Amino acid sequence: MKITLDADRCCAAGQCVLIAPEVFDQRDEDGVVVLLDAEPPAGQHDAVREAAAVCPAAVIEVRA
Amino acid sequence: MTGLPIAVVGASAAGLAAAEALRRFGWRGPLTLIGDEPHLPYDRPPLSKQLLQGAWAPEKLLLRTADQLAPLDLDLRLGTRATGLDVAGRTLTLDGDVGVSPLAQGRERGTLRCAGVIIATGVAARTLPGADRIAGVHTLRTLDDALALRGRLANGGTPGSEGVAAGGGGRRLVIVGNGVLGCEAAAVARELGHEVTLVGIEATPMAAAVGTEVGELLAEEHRARGVRLLTGAVDGFETAPADPAGGGDRRVTAVRLAHGGTPAGEGRASGGVAAGGGGAEGRLLPADLVLLAIGSRPGVDWLDDPALDTGDGLRCDAYCAAAPGVYAAGDVARWDHPVHGRPLRFEHRMNATEQGMAAARNLLAELAAEASGPAGATAAAGAEAAAPAPERRPFAPVPYFWSDQYAVKLQAYGLTAGADRVETTVLDRAARRALALYGRDRSAVGVLAAGLPPRQVRALRAVVAAPLPWEEARERIAAALAAG
Ligand SMILES: Cc1cc2nc3c(=O)[nH]c(=O)nc-3n(C[C@H](O)[C@H](O)[C@H](O)COP(=O)(O)OP(=O)(O)OC[C@H]3O[C@@H](n4cnc5c(N)ncnc54)[C@H](O)[C@@H]3O)c2cc1C
Ligand code: SF4
Repeated sequence: MKITLDADRCCAAGQCVLIAPEVFDQRDEDGVVVLLDAEPPAGQHDAVREAAAVCPAAVIEVRA
Repeated sequence: MTGLPIAVVGASAAGLAAAEALRRFGWRGPLTLIGDEPHLPYDRPPLSKQLLQGAWAPEKLLLRTADQLAPLDLDLRLGTRATGLDVAGRTLTLDGDVGVSPLAQGRERGTLRCAGVIIATGVAARTLPGADRIAGVHTLRTLDDALALRGRLANGGTPGSEGVAAGGGGRRLVIVGNGVLGCEAAAVARELGHEVTLVGIEATPMAAAVGTEVGELLAEEHRARGVRLLTGAVDGFETAPADPAGGGDRRVTAVRLAHGGTPAGEGRASGGVAAGGGGAEGRLLPADLVLLAIGSRPGVDWLDDPALDTGDGLRCDAYCAAAPGVYAAGDVARWDHPVHGRPLRFEHRMNATEQGMAAARNLLAELAAEASGPAGATAAAGAEAAAPAPERRPFAPVPYFWSDQYAVKLQAYGLTAGADRVETTVLDRAARRALALYGRDRSAVGVLAAGLPPRQVRALRAVVAAPLPWEEARERIAAALAAG
């Protein structure tokens, strides 16, 4: 799995961090998403897919 | 057996989330996504922010590119409006033939029999009688609305120009309605250098959504940035013959107030009528441009089947079901929130996605149960191919919304509207940093943060995930703040 972010669309909702805290974080200044792990281990894949689906600004793209 | 499609009506945030979730959860049958706008699904929150500002091009609002949509194998019907739903027959009536694919056997022209239907038709902007015939009077709900308004703000008011000129300020913009949308647009228009007047029936902006103290903090920021805030009720518009570019319409020259015109916060307003003040000159607000931001109407006018309750949005149960095989999601849906124990409807972006996913899951669970039950004949092939039947689950999200005005970011979890108790702590007045707790029936049900770091904001979510005794919520909030 490979994750890419279109971070300047991020509206800082923080939903990705709630769902997959080992993969996503937010910048302290403005809450914009930070990618901690672009190729997370299999155990994280479901959470990452859910985060991508839920993100209200369609920021997170996941490729197999 | 040829499977009937699942149809999703409304091709925006909730509809797209539902369509994607249907595929993710295993629906392999035909999937039809119907939307009356001509555009691919796009995101609305940036319409009153980055798009209006001119910072983002329209393409940036697309929720998915055509390439990203392709794997969903959608029968995508844009520019097509659903005009009726027969609930017992699960049959939609459609108009507009743009994008209508060849009709399969057994279907009459313009009707679509479905295995299940998800209704995600959102809300439409409210307007005032006759306003659509006056040039310069705008609403802000769709991409087309936003581009029209942006064109006027960008180039000094001549319609039709695409470009966003730097420093094209100088128009007199009157915004009618001081809710979230009106406030966001006021911020952008001020930043573009226009003269902005914000008129509301309530003296305090956004008071209905966030309470008067947070609203007053926002009012201070708007005043500091030069927005003129007025309390008053709009009665109509003064117009003049339009310039040739306006195409024979009349154009707006002023907004007429029935009463009011009192500078907000100075005269004490009550019951929507400002007492005293408001001389004749306050009742006519000169305007080159008007934005009506006076709320919305749920998109239910096309739903005429008496089996549906469309009183204020489409009434659903806790599973987002409005009738057997018919679900709803997003701004249009009013459902029994299992945690709050009363029907709720939200016009929040996060809810659109989450509820779209929930409606998809529950519809598939219902279809799977139908397929294995005695009435299996109605079931579609797609349901059989689906993974082991999921359980229907009540939809019980922690509601979330945000708003951006200037550099102020508001974020709220739970219920902030309709509170009978609000406790606001201003942490730093000048920096507009604040925290508010909202209560109802002695429980804390909502929390709002302005200007807090993300970690603290996320910690607040747990406090109002379910109604919590007021004192306990206060303690937990203090702990969350102390933890930094
Ligand atoms: C300018 C603006 C700014 C916003 N900012 C924020 C924000 O900062 N934070 C936040 O949380 N929320 C915000 N929102 C709210 C958020 O955008 C909505 O909650 C969200 O878009 C709802 O999605 P939806 O899919 O339910 O409905 P909608 O986005 O309204 O989509 C419904 C779609 O269905 C179509 N439709 C309607 N009737 C029919 C029919 N009969 N047949 C076919 N198609 C039909 C409509 O044309 C529309 O395309 C904002 C909204 C606007 C307008
Ligand atoms: S969920 Fe999306 S919008 Fe929210 S912080 Fe994460 S990436 Fe940004």
